[in-house]
Amino acid sequence: MKLLPILILLMLSFHSIAGVEYKKFEDPQKEQAYRVLIDELRCLVCQNQTIADSNADLAKDLRRQVYEMLEKGQTRDEIVDFMIQRYGDFVMYNPQFKAKTGVLWVAPFIFLLVGFILVWFMSRRKKMQENSQANDQQKAQQAKVRKLLDEGDQS
Amino acid sequence: MLKFVIPLILFLVMAVFLAMGLSLNPRDIPSPLLDKPAPDFSLPILAEPDKILSKADMVGKVWLLNVWASWCGSCRAEHPVFNELASKNIVPIVGLNYKDDPWAAKQWLAQLGNPYQVSVMDQEGRTGIDYGVYGVPETFVIDKQGRVRYKHTGAVTWNDVQQILLPWVKQLNAEI
Repeated sequence: MKLLPILILLMLSFHSIAGVEYKKFEDPQKEQAYRVLIDELRCLVCQNQTIADSNADLAKDLRRQVYEMLEKGQTRDEIVDFMIQRYGDFVMYNPQFKAKTGVLWVAPFIFLLVGFILVWFMSRRKKMQENSQANDQQKAQQAKVRKLLDEGDQS
Repeated sequence: MLKFVIPLILFLVMAVFLAMGLSLNPRDIPSPLLDKPAPDFSLPILAEPDKILSKADMVGKVWLLNVWASWCGSCRAEHPVFNELASKNIVPIVGLNYKDDPWAAKQWLAQLGNPYQVSVMDQEGRTGIDYGVYGVPETFVIDKQGRVRYKHTGAVTWNDVQQILLPWVKQLNAEI
C-alpha cells in the first residue's frame, strides 16, 4: 500500500508557494521573513486571502513592496507599520493590540468566562434540585416508616 | 416561562447584530489617512509625459483626487458624474491614472470626455499603495494644506456629489 502516503501528500496544498511569482533572496533569513510576512498581510481586494494566496494585482504589488523593503534591510516591524499607515489595521490578519482592536482580542475570553459562569450556575442549580428531591424522598420514607410503626402499635 | 424568554432574548440580540452586519459594506474600510497629510507624489502627466505634477503643486487649493483606470468598469459608471461636476467649475479634479496603459487611458478620455484638470500616471501603482488604494475607483477630498479629509471608495454617484463631496468642498474652502 504505497498509494496511501502518496494520496495524502497529494492532498497537502502548498498554498504559500503555489501560484505566486518567485522572488530571489541572497539571504535565507530575509526569505523566511518574506514568507512569514506575506502570509500575515491581507489582500484588500479579495478580503479573505493573504497576499501570499492571492493573484490579484494589488497583492502582487504588495508582495513587491515587501520584497523591496526587506532587500533594503528594513525590519518586519517597519514593513508592518508601513502597511498599517496606508491600509489600516485591517491589512493584518493578526491586528496589533490597541484600543481600537482590543475588543477583537478580548471578546473571546469574555465569552469563555461567561460560558463557564453559566455552566457553574446551571450545575449548582441541578445539584440543589437533586438534593431537595433526595430530601423529599427521605422524608416520605420516614413518614411511611412512622406510619407503619404507629399501625404496629395498635395491634 | 423563563425557559422560553431566555432563548427568545438571545435570538433577538443575535438577530440585531446579524442585521447590523448585513447592512455594513465590508469593502468600506476606514482610511487611516483621514486628517493626515496626503502622501507626496511626483508623477508624469498623462497628456505630456515629460512634465511632472507633484502634490506640492496643489497646495493652497481644495481639490479632488480621483483614482481611475481604463480597465475599471465602475470608473466608466462614475465618469459622467465627474464630467458634470467638472462642467460646473467648482473644484479642480486631479486624476490618478492607476496601473493603466497610457494609450488606452488617453483613448478612454477622448471617448468619454475629460473631467480632469490634469491626470497623472501611476503605472506601477506605487502612489496607489501610498494612498492605500485597494479598489478603483476611489476619490479623495484634499484640503488647502494638503490633508486628506474624506475618502470615497467605489463609484461616485451624483447623489454622493451633492450630499457629500460638495458640502466637503464648501466647508474646506471656508477654512483658511
